[in-house]
Amino acid sequence: MGPLLLIAAKDLRQRVRDRSLFLLALVVPFGLAAIFSVVFSGVDRQETATFAVADQDGEQIARTFTEQVLAPLERQRVLRLRTAATEQEARDLIARGQARAAYVIPAGFSRAVLSGRPATLRVIGDANAPIGSFVARSVADAFAAEVRYVQVALAVRGGGSPQEAAAVPAPVTLEDLTAERRQLSLAESFSAGIAVFFLFFTVQFGFSSILDERRDGTLARLLAAPVPRATIAFGKLLSGVVVGVMSMTVLVIASSLLLGARWGHPLGVGLLVVAGVLAATGVMALVATVARSTDQAQNGQAVVAVLLGVLGGVFIPFQQMGEVFVTLSLLTPHRWFLQGLADLHGEHAPVLAPVPTLALLGFAAVTTAIALTRLGRMLRA
Amino acid sequence: MGSPIWVLLGTDPAHQTAIVSTDEILKCRNLRKTFGDLVAVDDVSFTITAGETYGLLGPNGAGKTTTISMIAGILARDGGDVSVCDRPHGTSSAWGKRRIGYVPQDLALYPDLSARENLRFFARLYALGRAEARTRIEEVLEVVGLTDRAKDPVKDYSGGMKRRLNIGVGLLHRPPLLILDEPTAGVDPQSRNAILESVAALTGEGVAVLYTTHYMEEAERLCDRIGIIDLGRIRAEGARRELVALVGELDRITLTADGTRPVPELEALPEVREVGVQEGRLDVMVADARSALPRVLAAATEAGLVVRAVEVHEPNLESVFLHLTGKALRD
Ligand SMILES: Nc1ncnc2c1ncn2[C@@H]1O[C@H](COP(=O)(O)OP(=O)(O)OP(=O)(O)O)[C@@H](O)[C@H]1O
Ligand SMILES: [Mg+2]
Repeated sequence: MGPLLLIAAKDLRQRVRDRSLFLLALVVPFGLAAIFSVVFSGVDRQETATFAVADQDGEQIARTFTEQVLAPLERQRVLRLRTAATEQEARDLIARGQARAAYVIPAGFSRAVLSGRPATLRVIGDANAPIGSFVARSVADAFAAEVRYVQVALAVRGGGSPQEAAAVPAPVTLEDLTAERRQLSLAESFSAGIAVFFLFFTVQFGFSSILDERRDGTLARLLAAPVPRATIAFGKLLSGVVVGVMSMTVLVIASSLLLGARWGHPLGVGLLVVAGVLAATGVMALVATVARSTDQAQNGQAVVAVLLGVLGGVFIPFQQMGEVFVTLSLLTPHRWFLQGLADLHGEHAPVLAPVPTLALLGFAAVTTAIALTRLGRMLRA
Repeated sequence: MGSPIWVLLGTDPAHQTAIVSTDEILKCRNLRKTFGDLVAVDDVSFTITAGETYGLLGPNGAGKTTTISMIAGILARDGGDVSVCDRPHGTSSAWGKRRIGYVPQDLALYPDLSARENLRFFARLYALGRAEARTRIEEVLEVVGLTDRAKDPVKDYSGGMKRRLNIGVGLLHRPPLLILDEPTAGVDPQSRNAILESVAALTGEGVAVLYTTHYMEEAERLCDRIGIIDLGRIRAEGARRELVALVGELDRITLTADGTRPVPELEALPEVREVGVQEGRLDVMVADARSALPRVLAAATEAGLVVRAVEVHEPNLESVFLHLTGKALRD
């Protein structure tokens, strides 16, 4: 075992002994999963929201949506319906708080669907009621999938081969006007946000344990040993990364098994998690290089983790913040991690989330590099 | 005495091969270190040869730890040179570091890990192979008398046990140069005695030892040569005898005898500088009491004195220190 692994393994052994590994790698992720389950069930018990429907089409497919999709949901008390004559009226209802979301079915919608042309069902959400918007969108999503099935059936009946039928593009595009990007539901983004928020606390001990070793006098021994100083630093970083990855892995698996959460393709999620852990480790290491003691480091790291978390949309979805904050959020690893999860989320999501993953790796590289230039300051016995 | 004497040496012949052939194990020249305006170490030079124990004796803040840290490659120096076994040495010299066993002044152990785990970590860090590490760890545990407690976490140890383990870590890789920074601080007399005996045993094996202390008894007992350091500078250096001679203090041999009177035969001896006569005793001042004692006794007997008791008083380093620096060693 090289000295790098030796140092990392020793650090992990210490974490096992002082029980913090158990805490960080098991208790926290399971605790978070438990919190998420409460959050998810909270969504279930949400009071029924009112949705407005502006049907400017009135034809067959539009009526299928209103009568066979929305009406049964109303009977099941999932939602309440109000009709609106125009899109403007629907928007006004939302603005006055009389509806949480609105469906706008444009004229010609049914004809477009039936003739195999793309059709757009507009969902207008109340930015202040993300859960309502989410429900509205989910319903429309389900309908779009349903319409595709109808469309496929029509195509087959029209004499086309099953292959041709399968190649027909999904005819209904959903236009979600609440936000321009694909996004996680509130519950999901809350869960993911808390997960990445805690990740920063999970990895923080890695590099800053150099300060512990200084306090305990063992840093002098490490420095006197025939080991390059960079190796000491990388060993420390590695121990943080290992715990971070362990913790996130437990969280992903626990939430998948216990809550049925779907995070996306394992490869893409795995890479994103590793990149996120590296970024968090780098940021926390950089903060540690400014500190003189473990306590100072922990305080500084907590402040930075909270600030970045708030800016990165962990507590308030960044879509609901001002434009400036949306831009600022790009400067946080949290935002990119959440974006990555959003990209990987859902039925037709890609396997990888390359941009967020690379952005996180960029954070990791820059922060770690700066931290290493400040290593001389850290490695003083 | 019923205290356990632990001897640091194994019987392993491999140990001998660890001693390099060169005589000069450590050589420091003009070492200098400043912290801001404070000159902590100023122009410190000394050499230690194989089998020799060199003591740095000085009060708190004299610059002992700073000097040692530069030698051990922990602290970058602002000036001067260090060579270990004839090779230049610095903070990034793995070759030299492998030849130094370093025992820091403050306990440097992982409290949550057991003695064996602490030793294993450092043994592997010093690139001992797995099998070699295993045997060496058991040897060192035996030597520091912790075999029975090897599995317990270090945080449950007594202060003396921690001290012993702290020293043990420095011995793992059989270094030809052992640096001990006040290893007996806060240790009871029994353990201190054991530590001193073990260090003496090591030098018998050819290990060069750099030992700092502010206990002059330790320096006197253990060290072949002593550097007296104060305010970052070595004020004087040499064997205890030389240091004492340097400040011109003489040894005193006090003879208790019946019917004391002036004894010209004693004054005629070349070693004798002065003889004081008091009722019932003679104070014979000599440069080196140990070598002069037989002749002094012979001369006294020849002169017909019936010597009932002999007492030798050698001026100690405390007085040397006082003389050199104008202050007491311990405040
Ligand atoms: N990292 C540092 N920064 C600033 N000053 C320092 C530092 N290390 C040591 N000093 C100062 O350098 C001087 C020498 O300290 P050093 O620790 O070498 O003394 P010492 O002889 O080992 O003392 P002691 O017997 O108390 O261990 C002291 O004045 C000390 O305050
Ligand atoms: Mg000291």
